[in-house]
Amino acid sequence: MEAIIIGIAKSAIRLATPYLYASIGETIGQLSGVLNLGVDGVMLMGAFSAFYTVLKTGNLILGLLMAIVVGAIFGLLIAFVNVTLKAEQGISGIGVYIFGLGLSSFLFRTMVGTVETVSGFPPLSVPLLSNIPIVGEIFFHQNILVYGAFALVPLAWFILNKTPLGLCIRAVGQHPETADSLGVNIVHIRYLTVIFGGMLSGIAGASLSIALLNVFQQNLTNGMGFIAVALVYFGAWRPATVLTGALLFSTVNAIQIWIQVKGINIPSDFTLMLPYIVTIAVLAAMAKRRIHPPAALNKPFERGE
Amino acid sequence: MSLIPLAAFFLALLIGTIMIAFLGANPLVAFQALLKGAFGSMNAIADTVVKATPLLFVGLGICIAFRAGVLNIGGEGQLVAGALSATIVCLNFPNLPGWILIIIALTTGLLCGAIWAGIAGFLKAYFNVNEILSTIMLNYIAAYGMNYLLSGPIMDPLQIRLGSFIPQTARLPQAVDLPRLIPTRLHFGTIIAIVFAILVYVFLWRTTIGFRIRMIGQNIQASRASGINVQKYMVLAFILSGALVGLGGAIEVLGVHHRIFTDGSVSGFTGSAGFNGIVAALFGQLHPIGTIPASLLLGALLTGANKMQRVVQVPSALIGALNGLIVIFVVGSEYLRRCQTRRVERTEKVKKNSKNIDEKETE
Repeated sequence: MEAIIIGIAKSAIRLATPYLYASIGETIGQLSGVLNLGVDGVMLMGAFSAFYTVLKTGNLILGLLMAIVVGAIFGLLIAFVNVTLKAEQGISGIGVYIFGLGLSSFLFRTMVGTVETVSGFPPLSVPLLSNIPIVGEIFFHQNILVYGAFALVPLAWFILNKTPLGLCIRAVGQHPETADSLGVNIVHIRYLTVIFGGMLSGIAGASLSIALLNVFQQNLTNGMGFIAVALVYFGAWRPATVLTGALLFSTVNAIQIWIQVKGINIPSDFTLMLPYIVTIAVLAAMAKRRIHPPAALNKPFERGE
Repeated sequence: MSLIPLAAFFLALLIGTIMIAFLGANPLVAFQALLKGAFGSMNAIADTVVKATPLLFVGLGICIAFRAGVLNIGGEGQLVAGALSATIVCLNFPNLPGWILIIIALTTGLLCGAIWAGIAGFLKAYFNVNEILSTIMLNYIAAYGMNYLLSGPIMDPLQIRLGSFIPQTARLPQAVDLPRLIPTRLHFGTIIAIVFAILVYVFLWRTTIGFRIRMIGQNIQASRASGINVQKYMVLAFILSGALVGLGGAIEVLGVHHRIFTDGSVSGFTGSAGFNGIVAALFGQLHPIGTIPASLLLGALLTGANKMQRVVQVPSALIGALNGLIVIFVVGSEYLRRCQTRRVERTEKVKKNSKNIDEKETE
């Protein structure tokens, strides 16, 4: 029993990685007032570019960098459409999703074609800490992207709450008129947060294709990016609560995988459904808590003249 | 009718051309193959129309939802709900007269699509759950539910006996095949789709309920202030939207496939029609009549892409990418259009003001 729980906990920590990168990035973007629903598409592109680079060069760092660059390019596109062209953010996000899904499938079909695996980031034992019984096994025998994801949470908290930049970001999302009158460049801040979010989505994708699963296939993420957006609502735009949500989902995923591997007699389609049902339930439960999103979320800024 | 969607389309096509050239294929040959695949023969044209039909149903549903200001991205799930329920009805009552069974099956599909969308509408209206996220989640739930049913409970008994276990149902009784229009794959469902396009237009622009639905999409505060039960109309918009998509799913089964099948992925049965229908609706400027040519155009792209894939080995997934770009360009260019109208208004205002001043001075 103990071994089972340790096994599930360990894989839950691992599986929280893509959710964490994507939803922390989305949190920062939403706090500045931009709702990006294209996360899933960007994740797919990040996953493919990292995978392809590693497949061809074997260089994991280069693969990760490619995912970041591609994520940044997508972030730039999203920022241009939502901030500069002031598009309806819900619909443009779906456009980005369809684009990313189609493009990653297209590139995969033309450049790779068949199922291939790469050897991804190896587990890295943290000296001393990994020797702690149970805890060490669960937390400190993971690969570097997992550590990075967990380090991101306090970092995001610090930037958002303790630095002038974080104050600017939140001001732009809560009350752009005031921020504007104080001389904050709203367009710059929103570009910055959205491009940064794109980079993190790219890493989220890479964490799937070159660290956790080490494969690429069409629609590899299976809606994970949308769940990451849901986690931002769940986390009430606070990194620490987003972390809780990510762990909740990764635990559900870990249990689901365990059930499948163990061959327990529950149809796999039902266990696969689980994360999506939990998402809806969680979103509905959140509504009772009366936490309001950033006031300017989904509202393009127009300076009154 | 503005030229923006067409400009968006050609811009996307231009990028597609670059991508094809990047693959080392000749874009001209590729597009020639695409055109030939879409319009090259009577069968090709029929296939294009057949492909466009579910897009039109989804697009009409999207028109109603988006006009009400609710973003129903659940076309995939609603298509599955409609198709699955219609199939189950047909499998269970094979002895009913064909046309009665067709009516029952289509109605069931319509109702199940409505219910599936209604869940998201209810959650949006009364629990303030983001409808984009809930509809996406419902897509996955529907797809896995379908995969489960196909992997056992409604699997073709023949597959089980042969031991091949291909996840599909038995072929439905021939009595429920929708009538063919000409000796091609073109079926009666297309006519139903066009009739519904007209009905949706009349509904949205010529009835009180339609007016209210559009009003809550335009200005929710004003609607509330004028006494409209916003929540109720939001749910209604979702239900009507899902009903059209569900009907489309049922027609896809009775008119084209005559069974349900899956390849295990979430878009195995629908072929992403639930998403492409959104593209069609936006491309048709969220107007039911405009969605007809928009669906045809996308249907042609999708049909032609298969031919293109065979001839020049350009994967048909390219069209998926281009569809995404079309959406981005169409919503992105809305702003440019708004700017233009504002500029026109402003210059008119300035003219008026200066005229007034002139008049005053002459006085």
